[in-house]
Amino acid sequence: MRPILLQGHTRSLTQIKYNREGDLLFSVSKDQIVNAWYSHNGERLGTYNGHVGAIWSVDVNSMSTLLITGSADNSAKLWNIQTGKCLHTWEFKTAVKRVAFSEDDTMALAVTEQRMGYPGTIVILSINSDIEAQQSDEPITIIRPEGPKAMVADWGNINKYIITGHEDGSIALYNWKDGEKLNSIHPHTGEITDLQVSEDRTYFITASKDKSAQIFESNTLMPLKKYVTDAPLNSASITPIQEFVILGGGQDAMQVTTTTMRQGKFECRFWHRILEEEVGRVKGHFGPINTIAVHPDGKSFSSGGEDGYVRVHHFDNDYFKFKYPELS
Amino acid sequence: MGVCKYRIILILEYVLYDMWWEGFDYFSNHLPATEDDIDFTDIEEKYQVPFEEGFDTIIVIDNVPIVDESKKDKLLKFIKKIFKNAGDIKESGINMPMEVNKETGDMTSKGYLFLEFETADQAIMAIKQYDGYPMDKTHYLAVNRFTDIEKYSQIEEKYKEPEEENFVEKEHLRSWLTDPQARDQFVLYRGDDVVIFWNKKLEPPEEVHKRNNWTETYVQWSPLGTYLATFHRQGIALWGGPSWNKIIRFVHPGVKLIDFSLNEKYLVTWSNEPITLGPNGGAGTPFGPDDEGNQIIIWDVHAGALLRSFPTSTNADGAPNKITWPMFKWSPSDKYFARITPDQQISVYETPGMGLVGKKSIKIEGVKDFEWAPTSDKQTGDKKQKEELLSYWTPEIGNQPARVTLLNIPSKEIIRTRNLVNVSDCKMHWQSNGDFLCVKVGRHTKTKKSTFTNLEIFRVREKDIPVEVIEVKDMVIAFSWEPKGERFIIITTNDPNYGQPAQAGFTLRTNVSFYYLEKPKPGKGADTVGTANFKLIKTLEKKTSDAIYWSPQGRHVIVATLRSSTVFDLEFWDLDFEGVSEQKEFTKADPAASLQLMSTQEHYGITDIEWDPTGRYVISSSSVWRNPMMENGYTLWDFKGLQLQKHLMDKFKQLLWRPRPKSLLTSEQKKKIRKNLREYSKQFDEEDSIALTSVSKELLAHRRRLIDEWNAWRKRVEKELAEEREKAGLPPIQKRDTENMEIIEEWIEEVVEETEEIIED
Repeated sequence: MRPILLQGHTRSLTQIKYNREGDLLFSVSKDQIVNAWYSHNGERLGTYNGHVGAIWSVDVNSMSTLLITGSADNSAKLWNIQTGKCLHTWEFKTAVKRVAFSEDDTMALAVTEQRMGYPGTIVILSINSDIEAQQSDEPITIIRPEGPKAMVADWGNINKYIITGHEDGSIALYNWKDGEKLNSIHPHTGEITDLQVSEDRTYFITASKDKSAQIFESNTLMPLKKYVTDAPLNSASITPIQEFVILGGGQDAMQVTTTTMRQGKFECRFWHRILEEEVGRVKGHFGPINTIAVHPDGKSFSSGGEDGYVRVHHFDNDYFKFKYPELS
Repeated sequence: MGVCKYRIILILEYVLYDMWWEGFDYFSNHLPATEDDIDFTDIEEKYQVPFEEGFDTIIVIDNVPIVDESKKDKLLKFIKKIFKNAGDIKESGINMPMEVNKETGDMTSKGYLFLEFETADQAIMAIKQYDGYPMDKTHYLAVNRFTDIEKYSQIEEKYKEPEEENFVEKEHLRSWLTDPQARDQFVLYRGDDVVIFWNKKLEPPEEVHKRNNWTETYVQWSPLGTYLATFHRQGIALWGGPSWNKIIRFVHPGVKLIDFSLNEKYLVTWSNEPITLGPNGGAGTPFGPDDEGNQIIIWDVHAGALLRSFPTSTNADGAPNKITWPMFKWSPSDKYFARITPDQQISVYETPGMGLVGKKSIKIEGVKDFEWAPTSDKQTGDKKQKEELLSYWTPEIGNQPARVTLLNIPSKEIIRTRNLVNVSDCKMHWQSNGDFLCVKVGRHTKTKKSTFTNLEIFRVREKDIPVEVIEVKDMVIAFSWEPKGERFIIITTNDPNYGQPAQAGFTLRTNVSFYYLEKPKPGKGADTVGTANFKLIKTLEKKTSDAIYWSPQGRHVIVATLRSSTVFDLEFWDLDFEGVSEQKEFTKADPAASLQLMSTQEHYGITDIEWDPTGRYVISSSSVWRNPMMENGYTLWDFKGLQLQKHLMDKFKQLLWRPRPKSLLTSEQKKKIRKNLREYSKQFDEEDSIALTSVSKELLAHRRRLIDEWNAWRKRVEKELAEEREKAGLPPIQKRDTENMEIIEEWIEEVVEETEEIIED
């Protein structure tokens, strides 16, 4: 499994994302640039220029026509994937930490940061899938969560709910239509750094600074699985084909200079999703791993690190053959 | 009382405010006419402020000569003069009651007086110093605390028999030794949890007992493993038995360090806070007036009774000495314990009387350090040994050379001395049977420019105790005898950076040398030719090792690098390696050939190494106390250096194997077991394999169950989702068909630029 190294960013990666077919990979970074890559060979398709602050988050719609990005320049931007043109800019009071299209592409959520006296919000934006059409500036609704600020969020199945992960390790379930908090749990003891939903959005995985990742049922927040590692986690992803999860993280970026590489734990860890046992690791980054994404067909995955590189890995045959002998 | 009342009014106001919320009706019906009518008693009682008694500074002096008015001033002046040495007497702090003498009609004193000092400490000093002071031939002053007089006058005259306590059977304190698989236990301290585990070879350890916040600082086993000591603000608690209940408690506020005597009979505790008796004069605590101000306590472990307390020793200037631990060193039989006052004396005490042997300390000018000689199993079995041996050393003083002395206790008879010159430091290392004493002498040349080391080895069991000297050119930084053996290992360095403050990333270069005792060749008849000498087996050069860990059974040893930030080596050596071809003749003749490196390993961030008491396993660990950033946790190895288990855990603090008491088997029995080892091992191998298969079965069932649960859950969720989608009028989710996916490649050719050029020949 020889990885392809994508050297298209000058600063640390913040999020990477495959489109639905998996032929394209989008990466955003603190260097204010969005890159689009061909996922099979790592060739760069192009960039999307326009943000004037670190970009925190990216998402692509299911038709691979629109791209939404959230940035520390207090804006979210909608892009035409094909042409690289910025179609619309939503301005906010604070940085946009997370963006995500809804399942049917008609909406997107944006998590704005709590800062400078402004409370954190989750803004639901209306998206017109027509590239030519004018996008609405007016959000559909704004959820204002109370308590510790929301760090990450995503949509549940059939656009019913929004799931949010918070700074103190709690997770909440919102009915976005009226902003009502339906349920909230406190499963982690550290900041939740990532939240990714399964293909059918019936369950999701969280990664936390408390060195663990957990899987919950989307509609009830019922805890299903827990993976305890020895490093603070920044990202967790679910793999199709094999019943695995991939976890990534490592020593905090702040402490990296004071520790050696070997105890940084900058590895992608593969855990068996159901058995909660670690099955393997992939080394490579020389800084903490900030984001992991799995190709929708489950045959490759990519990781983006604090070191500014994206590494695209295509699994070897051994990976697909792997089986617990006694479970066959 | 004014303040008190004000407070009560405030409280009342608060109460009333509370009532106000409950409704105004309450006021009109219940409020008394004036403040005076309110019944304060219950509130007063509740918020009663206990007053300091304030009599701690007053002492009562009895047996003072009875004088009349004319001599009163003279007497008081005299008393003042005496007690001035104890502390500052308060102005007008002296009070001698007078009464009219019925016979003479004069005013005479009553034979006692009160004295008030500035502080309570001075009063205590005065009592300690002047109780029983001979003022003149007939008047011995009796000095007491004022508070004591009252306390003791209230004691009932009649003796009341203490109630007999019911006999409670104690648990079997050594039950862990009866484990059918002869496993060992260890205690693990992690975060706030203290857990006792059974060690297992291949599986994770089995939990025996777990408690949250069992200790406040750390834990410690007693030397034979009977008790686990936990540290608390109030004192020490010992735990044990199959139930892990508390066995006994020792009250010593602020206790920091403890030390058991070698047979667990006695316990020494040290606190940095001097004992205070508090307002009740020590009631409810084991302390009496004699213990006040002391910091070290000797306890009887079985009875839990305080035997004696000691103050911290002071040097010649009266300043307290630096604390070295253990402060009291115990003789192997528990019969004596001793401590040193550096440069002055060694004080040897006797148990259980707690008195000084021969009623006085042994004055030795300049004495720096001492050690008790251990005893072997043989000796203690043979006869009742009366004399015990200790060794001490003194540096060069004036023209007198430095000296190492062996001294018998209790006779205080010197049985051997050895003079040394140009000595900068000495360290005494006794072999565990007490057969040899190696004194590691740090020496310097006359110009004091360079330093080197001599090993002076005393062969204590031989007649006249011969001394052999091994000269080592470099500085010896570590020395270790093989337990019960005749071999030792030294680590030397000639690195100029030795002794400098450690720099980050710098690792000292060292050499490791193995020595053995070459037995004299059997000569004719009973005479042996020559004497036994220690010989070098081998020196390993250019190492980084700085620590030696012998297996408790000898033979196997780990040489490790612990104090480095870049190197984390562990080398497992076997000193009796027989090789595959079992050439016994050959190996006996050449000890170097039987010295074999079995394994070189690394444990990143290692801070500690602990052999289990049987020498079967060894655990290396990385504690958060010393290495807060590194991979904390522990690794289990077998004696050959094969890694069996590795456990990384955050906030890992401490791991200690539970020691075992000495074996009760005779050496004949042991020999028999060794002879039939093959048969026994067959049996154990069988047991091991059965255990292994049962575990894998369990694991398998567990995995199956997890998979089944997950699949059942997926089925339910998928069904629910399908139903919901149908209700919402959405198409069902299409499963991704990766196999039949069609990849369409489109080639778009675009001519960017075209130029035509005619190339001429």
